[in-house]
Amino acid sequence: MLIDRKARLVEVESWGDYFLFTIDSPEIARQAQPGQFLMIKVSETTQPLLRRPISLHNVEHTRLQIFFQVAGQGTRLLSSKRPGQSLDIFGPLGRGFSLSSELRNREVFCVGGGRGLAPLHYLAGKLKAAGARPIIFYGGRSETDLPLKGRLKASGLEVLVSTDDGSCGFRGLVTSLVEEKLKQRKPAFLYACGPDPMLEKLADICRREKLAGEFSLESIMGCGFGACWGCVKKIRRDGQEKYLKVCQDGPVFPIEEIVWPENEHG
Amino acid sequence: MVDLSVDLGFLKLKNPVLGASGTFGYGLEFKPFYDLELLGGFVVKGLYLKPREGNRPPRLVETPAGLINSIGLQGIGVEAFCRDILPELSGLKTAIIVNVCGEEEDEYARVAEYLSRHQGIAALELNISCPNVREGGRCPAQSPEATYRTVKKVKQAVSLPLITKLSPNVTDITAVALAAEEAGTEAISLINTLLAMAIDPETRQPKLGNVMGGLSGPAIKPIALRMVFQVARAVKVPLIGLGGIFSAEDVLEFMMAGASAVQVGTANFVDPDACLNIIRGLETWAENHGLQNLSQVTGSLKV
Repeated sequence: MLIDRKARLVEVESWGDYFLFTIDSPEIARQAQPGQFLMIKVSETTQPLLRRPISLHNVEHTRLQIFFQVAGQGTRLLSSKRPGQSLDIFGPLGRGFSLSSELRNREVFCVGGGRGLAPLHYLAGKLKAAGARPIIFYGGRSETDLPLKGRLKASGLEVLVSTDDGSCGFRGLVTSLVEEKLKQRKPAFLYACGPDPMLEKLADICRREKLAGEFSLESIMGCGFGACWGCVKKIRRDGQEKYLKVCQDGPVFPIEEIVWPENEHG
Repeated sequence: MVDLSVDLGFLKLKNPVLGASGTFGYGLEFKPFYDLELLGGFVVKGLYLKPREGNRPPRLVETPAGLINSIGLQGIGVEAFCRDILPELSGLKTAIIVNVCGEEEDEYARVAEYLSRHQGIAALELNISCPNVREGGRCPAQSPEATYRTVKKVKQAVSLPLITKLSPNVTDITAVALAAEEAGTEAISLINTLLAMAIDPETRQPKLGNVMGGLSGPAIKPIALRMVFQVARAVKVPLIGLGGIFSAEDVLEFMMAGASAVQVGTANFVDPDACLNIIRGLETWAENHGLQNLSQVTGSLKV
């Protein structure tokens, strides 16, 4: 974990609202693990005040990639950065995905909804290198929400695509595509990142299928390193429900530990 | 070489910059970024007798030049703090100040008493001003009488120096400051956050799970500065100023208005090494202005 105030933005690629940045930051790249994130300064002024938490999309040698969607003022400012500019980034932060050696030679589902694909590329690459067989499920409303599908396939990963409007791949929710595939295949583990309704549905499916897994959660963050206690989510651990910090105890949590808001007690 | 040290009478600080309670965790969170001994000190997150769950999320919302939080003093409680954290802090050559909370007056005294049995604590900060733990944002610091009673009760229970942290959510902050002084507080820190809210017009719902929260950051600095100025004219005890400090220049403004020391809060979230950068900025400023002792700046405002 360190602050790199002179991380060089090497390349910017974009598709509508979606952006893929390649950033040179050797020390952060050396420390990074799949599922971890960066806190990125988007403005030199007080508007907005806070850094933005952004997932690590991939890491190669000294370079990091982040994949994000413009969702508000902060990410809009970030998207206006140009190659050659320096970024003030801070990371790698948080507890990433666990990579069990038991997944060797086993099939593993990696499910991403829209920008939730962000942490799965690095994860799938590591899983593959460890001898597992990752399958990426990549879902969105329409084909335009799936800008990275070609690139994932080109990097040798197995990718299944779904769109709500049927413009590409399976027509329907990515969770329905997962259910379809579960009729034929029995993966050893499921990883996912995406909007809460998608994750909640996946949690139901995993419970029913007795399939273990981990989700990467999003939260509004103040600091990103455990000082403010602003990003908490309710987690069931050691027989107790408690608010744990997404930035430090997560962002990755075992599926069965996550308490969905309507089930919260008290 | 500039002397940055500050003498509060009951406590000598190596420089006037303290990490502010609620933004500095239990201190250890900042160890990866710099040597904590470079700080004047820090105030650890508020402690009750028992662990506390805190408020329902979402707990944060950004507003222009500001941040509203409704954490609700989630924390491990005084017992776990003394057992698991304090031993790691007490050897540090910097002022460790502990923020003390209570559901009622008696709890403040009991938390203070528990802490006073442990080594390594330089002072206690009485958090009578958190807007996030009682209905409607109420707190003892909104009443001179409740302030007097709480400070007095803790004063009678312990001999550790007390810093009473005041709320800006009052009509006349000097009346509360005077009550704290009369009850025997050794210093006053001000201001805590301003009671605030934000609404999502699409959903017609408040953006915070707890509806209201406390506003911090540069947005509140002018108000904090004005209150430090007013209180400095009313009391004799030293003041610790806080509210939106992000730079060395901000610190100087608070000192000129009458603060002997300052706390840096929200800036720690944006730059984990903010306190260190501010201390370096103060050193440079003093050198450039030919000052030998930075403490000369306190109260030097020309009106």
